[in-house]
Amino acid sequence: MSAQATQRKISTRESPGVTLVLVTVALIYLVLFLGLPLFAVFYEALSKGWTLYWKALQEPDAWSAIKLTFIAAGIAVPANLVFGVAAAWAIAKFEFKGRSLLITLIDLPFAVSPVVSGLVYVLLFGAQGWFGPWLQAHDIKLIFAVPGIVLATVFVTFPFIARELIPLMQSQGKEEEEAAVSLGASGWQTFWRVTLPNIKWGLLYGVILCNARAMGEFGAVSVVSGHVRGMTNTLPLHVEILYNEYNFVAAFAVASLLALLALVTLLVKALVEWQAKSSGDPLH
Amino acid sequence: MSITIENLNKQFGTYKALDDINLEVNSGELLALLGPSGCGKTSLLRIIGGLDVADSGRLLFHGEDALQRNARERNVGFVFQHYALFRHMTVFENVAFGLRVKPKKQRHNEAEIKRRVHELLNLVQLDWLADRYPAQLSGGQRQRIALARALAVEPKILLLDEPFGALDAQVRKELRRWLRRLHDDLHITSIFVTHDQEEALEVADRVVVMNKGRIEQIGTPDEVYAKPATPFVYQFIGNVNLFHSRDHAPWTQQHGDAVAYVRPHDIDISHTPQDDTALPVEVKLVRAIGSIVRVEVAADESCELVEIELSRERFDATPLAIGDKVFIRPRQFRVFQAGEKNEFSAA
Repeated sequence: MSAQATQRKISTRESPGVTLVLVTVALIYLVLFLGLPLFAVFYEALSKGWTLYWKALQEPDAWSAIKLTFIAAGIAVPANLVFGVAAAWAIAKFEFKGRSLLITLIDLPFAVSPVVSGLVYVLLFGAQGWFGPWLQAHDIKLIFAVPGIVLATVFVTFPFIARELIPLMQSQGKEEEEAAVSLGASGWQTFWRVTLPNIKWGLLYGVILCNARAMGEFGAVSVVSGHVRGMTNTLPLHVEILYNEYNFVAAFAVASLLALLALVTLLVKALVEWQAKSSGDPLH
Repeated sequence: MSITIENLNKQFGTYKALDDINLEVNSGELLALLGPSGCGKTSLLRIIGGLDVADSGRLLFHGEDALQRNARERNVGFVFQHYALFRHMTVFENVAFGLRVKPKKQRHNEAEIKRRVHELLNLVQLDWLADRYPAQLSGGQRQRIALARALAVEPKILLLDEPFGALDAQVRKELRRWLRRLHDDLHITSIFVTHDQEEALEVADRVVVMNKGRIEQIGTPDEVYAKPATPFVYQFIGNVNLFHSRDHAPWTQQHGDAVAYVRPHDIDISHTPQDDTALPVEVKLVRAIGSIVRVEVAADESCELVEIELSRERFDATPLAIGDKVFIRPRQFRVFQAGEKNEFSAA
């Protein structure tokens, strides 16, 4: 076995020159397009010292943006968790009419530009939209308000968990569920005791990706938000406003929060992958 | 518990998986469903277990309608070809599963669950693996655990879907003898699906031979081997030579389109003609395989090969070499009219 592995290594080994060139190209690319911007964000944010950095983050408008971002993600992630598990369960374990249509629909938010999906919500629920007059008559405000932002976030992020789970559940098949049922387990018992433990790492992975996107979403949210400071601004929108006002330190300070979030996401993602691998059920 | 199946039908699209199946399974019997892949045997098993739904027909357990009950209410143990053990649970928890999901009122206390699980693990002789995970076991061990898990809920009926299909030949042989002994001890009405005729003949009390969604024959292992009811059974169980009436009219003993089916070990070889129906042939191949010698011969006028099996003793009595001109004659054969359910009629 190990002799075979060595053999394979030798037969696919390139000359040192080629290896060096390839590694260098990859590294330069990484530094230019990932490392440098990340460094720039923190450098600019702290360019006027820690005091100004902290002050920028303690602004009421910044706080309200942070809060709104957490609210949007806090609703979108659990909603898509429930939807994603239900959809993946249905698609992977059952044959029904419209199954492939459902798979296509789940991919829709990936295929459509976020700005367009935001616009669709405005067309549907805005003052001039299809349901606009009815909503106004009942004094419900969706667009340019928090509910619209939540709706847009849910829409943009809903493929993440389902997409993660469908291939995983399909590859696991449904024999374990059938065994559970034949042993007398109810549907709920089968789900909690057999299905969920089998997909837990994939689920966690999907939640992390979904959360990262929910907090970082710009396009769709920008269209439906209306950019009311302290009211309907999420973190990414707040960064844009500050930047357009030439308030660079504050803009980069808030942006550094998003960058930090990305780093934490990467770390957790790596941890989950490592845990999943060491517990013996690889994610992919 | 006895099982009665009446006029059962199942269709997948345009494909008839089960075509008007009627079957009676006696209480305490070990029955084999035997047939090539796609013959409907697994569909039938899954319908009995409640994992699939029949289109029409009746299914009775001990005279009571079972189709109304779903899988969890049928009290049927199901063993899958690929084990379907719960991969995130230890062997102990796998076996305990059926006891833990019982409704609160019927659930045993922890000590009783523990006692029962260890009793079952002892029964399958794997108590020492209780703390392992399925991925750490060999195929044969996994299947025995799967069986222990199915037995934990004290099923009245045990269904096994190609239980040894994923195992290598040696383990398979060992496990099927073990299953037979286990059945003799427990006497649970059991049905197992297999495409391996040797397995069916060795293990089962009765064999149901299926083909294309229909039952071809039901009988004891001896009956289906010695008295095949249809050409399909003749061909599927054991090897067979076909002699068409066009070429070998004296053997089929009738005019018109008919085919004589002859087992390889039911053919006599001699250096001189036995009688006037003997067929002159030339020896093309001689190969000793263990306790038997396989001889292939071809009639002079055609190149169709006839397979003959001789015991060592008989071969030693009349030694043969390639190129020998000899005569063959069937000791025993069966004639089927062409077109009489005859899907394999000689070309």
